[in-house]
Amino acid sequence: MITINGKTLTLSAPKTLGAYLDENNYRRTYIAVEKNGEILPKSEYDTTYLNDGDKIEIVSFVGGG
Amino acid sequence: MHPFTKTEIYEALVERHTAAYQQKLDNGHVAIAGLGGLGSNVAFALARLGVGHLHLIDFDRVDLTNLNRQQYLLRHVGMYKTDALKEQLLQINPYLNITTDCVKVTSENLKFLFADADIICEAFDNAETKAMFVNGILECFPQKKLVCASGMAGFGSSNTIHTRKIGSNFYLCGDETTDIAHGQCLMAPRAALCAAHESNMIARLLLGEETV
Repeated sequence: MITINGKTLTLSAPKTLGAYLDENNYRRTYIAVEKNGEILPKSEYDTTYLNDGDKIEIVSFVGGG
Repeated sequence: MHPFTKTEIYEALVERHTAAYQQKLDNGHVAIAGLGGLGSNVAFALARLGVGHLHLIDFDRVDLTNLNRQQYLLRHVGMYKTDALKEQLLQINPYLNITTDCVKVTSENLKFLFADADIICEAFDNAETKAMFVNGILECFPQKKLVCASGMAGFGSSNTIHTRKIGSNFYLCGDETTDIAHGQCLMAPRAALCAAHESNMIARLLLGEETV
């Protein structure tokens, strides 16, 4: 079981974080991703597989300040 | 010129904040990235707290359209925000150590600009800049505290603005929803509310509280 933004997810086949982001229409230049409490560099999105027990937090930034 | 000595101002802060807290605030090193509606309000709060070392970073000049929510006055229009803000903060406490960098923050220069700060406040207005900055700071300085903001546009309920802790050193303030890209306007009250979330989180961190 994988937790992404507080929601649990079970995968039937291996999937990278990058594929998950694309399927869910995340725009990569607007987000930061923490995996198990640590920042995941953007260069690793497409090589990082979602593993059982992972806690992923995807933060989407909106404009204004 | 002002007639007050460093000791008089410090003692006045101690009278309000207590000596133990004031010493921690006096030792604080905080960098503020972006000096608009968020950053200028955060800077005022931290200067009033007597945070000893402030690093103010912005490339832009004060525009008349900034005065609806940012801590500048008509006489500052056309000045660099770094200069206009530093001038005002020194009128609150002339003994603070305030450094400025009038520069656009990039993924290349952030590793140099933010090396000295213990706590970094993200206060940009552009969503992509926010994301670039958060990724860059958390990758370069995973041990530093980072307080960010996302979502404070419009005049929606005050109570939708919150602070949450995402990573071990990563805090996010805002409603995380309202976006200027969706035609939302920026107004003084909610910009100040979100800035107050950021500055209170920074105060808590300086005083040893790591929970939100």
